[in-house]
Amino acid sequence: MAEISIRDALNQALDEEMARDERVFILGEEVGEYNGAYKVTRGLLDKYGVPRVLDTPIAELGFTGLAVGAATVGLRPVVEWMTFNFSLLALDQVINNAAKMRHMSGGQLSVPIVFRGPNGPAEYLSSQHSQALQSLYVHVPGLKVAAYATPYDAKGLLKTAIRDDNPVVLLESELAYAWTGEVPDEEYTIPLGKADVKREGSEVTLITYSKPVRMVMEAASELEKLGVDAEVVDLRSLRPLDEEAIYASVRKTNRAVVVDESWPVASFGSHVAWLISRNCFDMLDAQVELVSSEDVPMPYNHTLELAVQPSVEKIVAAAKRVLYME
Amino acid sequence: MAEVEVQTVKGVGKHKKEFLLPLLRQMQLIRRFEEKSAQMYGLRKIGGFCHLYNGQEAVAVGALSALDLTKDYVLTAYRDHGHAIAAGMDPKAVMAELYGKITGCSRGKGGSMHMFDAQRHFLGGNGIVGAQIPMATGVAFAQMYRQQVMDRKDTGVTLCFFGDGAIHQGAFHESLNLAAVWNLPAVYIVENNQFGMGTAVKRVSAVEDFEVKATGYRMPGITLDGMNVIAMHDGIKAAVAQVREDRTPVLIDAKTYRYKGHSMSDPAKYRSRDELEAYQEQDPILILKAVMSDAGMIDDEEYKQLDDEIRMIVQEAVDFAESSDEPELATMYEDIYV
Repeated sequence: MAEISIRDALNQALDEEMARDERVFILGEEVGEYNGAYKVTRGLLDKYGVPRVLDTPIAELGFTGLAVGAATVGLRPVVEWMTFNFSLLALDQVINNAAKMRHMSGGQLSVPIVFRGPNGPAEYLSSQHSQALQSLYVHVPGLKVAAYATPYDAKGLLKTAIRDDNPVVLLESELAYAWTGEVPDEEYTIPLGKADVKREGSEVTLITYSKPVRMVMEAASELEKLGVDAEVVDLRSLRPLDEEAIYASVRKTNRAVVVDESWPVASFGSHVAWLISRNCFDMLDAQVELVSSEDVPMPYNHTLELAVQPSVEKIVAAAKRVLYME
Repeated sequence: MAEVEVQTVKGVGKHKKEFLLPLLRQMQLIRRFEEKSAQMYGLRKIGGFCHLYNGQEAVAVGALSALDLTKDYVLTAYRDHGHAIAAGMDPKAVMAELYGKITGCSRGKGGSMHMFDAQRHFLGGNGIVGAQIPMATGVAFAQMYRQQVMDRKDTGVTLCFFGDGAIHQGAFHESLNLAAVWNLPAVYIVENNQFGMGTAVKRVSAVEDFEVKATGYRMPGITLDGMNVIAMHDGIKAAVAQVREDRTPVLIDAKTYRYKGHSMSDPAKYRSRDELEAYQEQDPILILKAVMSDAGMIDDEEYKQLDDEIRMIVQEAVDFAESSDEPELATMYEDIYV
């Protein structure tokens, strides 16, 4: 076991999959000579050269669509979006082409492609660069969507996504690239559609994914100080969704708090909260709580931007509400 | 600005009957197929958006006759029945798709705008204006990649068709730039039928001749007579040969005209009867028939016989579609993930 960062875990996954399969290539802005805006692709251009690592012009629609076309005839592109905010320019190619080709061709075509990059708020970036946009992608049948908050999960899920024959959207976080954790020396993959219980507990279920996992783990520690035994379910995969893992936990604790850094309206978090309300109705001892970002664009001011997002305090407060501790 | 030179061919050029007769046959098949599609649309056997290809047959037939679809690829927009047939698809599978039947090429999930035949390298059929252009660029990218990385030889070229309405989309400009920067074997063909839906090109475009747009992307631009199938074949054949050799892209402006409205719901009131009739006098089928007749390659009786056979093929396609099954409801959950 080595202790490495999420950035390096992703880099290892890319390196291993490129070595394993010559159909795998990477394209995006600054992925080559610059070694990646967040250094995820560091060293890969030197090792694999052009055209396996390609610096693109700033033309998200064009290079994303190009990758979709290449995937349709059997290559396995990994598209890096410098941030998901810029992926909005490519949305047509993802929703109308990548997610639809198999369907519209009556199953003749497949699109083995990975779209990855940082999503969600970082710091001091204002409203255009701090959006958690996963609900747009997870809404679309034909796409798979996954997220990671540990180096172990990042490496295993990226390797699986590259080998998957469907379009897979992977949510990363600028602030989490430097987070470290243990990764095995031997090769492994993690299946899509499998949640991971990051902390076992019996009194309340905290459900989350992506960067908020760490914050939710802190909240669970705070709750422990209050004598509350919280379970933390890291969904890891949003589509397909491991519903059974959610229900199994809620059956045990009878209380659920969903934590999602999206806006609250029509979000993935609100969908999960609805699923629990509908499918665990008889088991619930309290309403399902959703801790989301505030329903506002992100302000630049640091105090304001922190107040907009989920926090340990907000999560603890929500847990206390479903435990009737207030 | 200097007027562009529209490349055309007088008479039958250097071609023999064995080559030209199949072109005439394919254009006639597309024409009769589209006439039947309109008829069946009127009878509500076909629904939704249905964009007919009448008038533009020479573009798809001439261009695709210059390809080797064992290695080359074709992508187009939503006016795709003609390209599908020119790619060699069975009219039965195309008509059944229009009917939404399970025997359709896309199992009744695509309809008029989404004809596909992966084996024949015909990759649709795209309903978003210009969205096939980046994809086609990616198919050409894969052809380049297989040669460079995977050591394959002779990986073919990609033909990308789109209408004049698509040329102002960012997708067009971003794609041509990428194709030039990465030396991709792509042939971009504007089917310039002079209307983006109901809007005349000159009302929304700074230029009416699109070959000039190639200059900004460091590639050759060529204008072809899209009403003349021989000119289309010869022009695309030369362009494809150049792309095969140089592995760099080309832009073609094919001047053509559509006889029908944008789709079945469009009465086309934005143009005059005189204009339509003027174009119908240069009908691609009549032109080819006339030059073949002048060269002694076909007479009226042989043409009638050919047309009779084609009418039968189209009727068989309709019969096949009529008698095919509706998809089972459970199929709605299929063909979404591998």
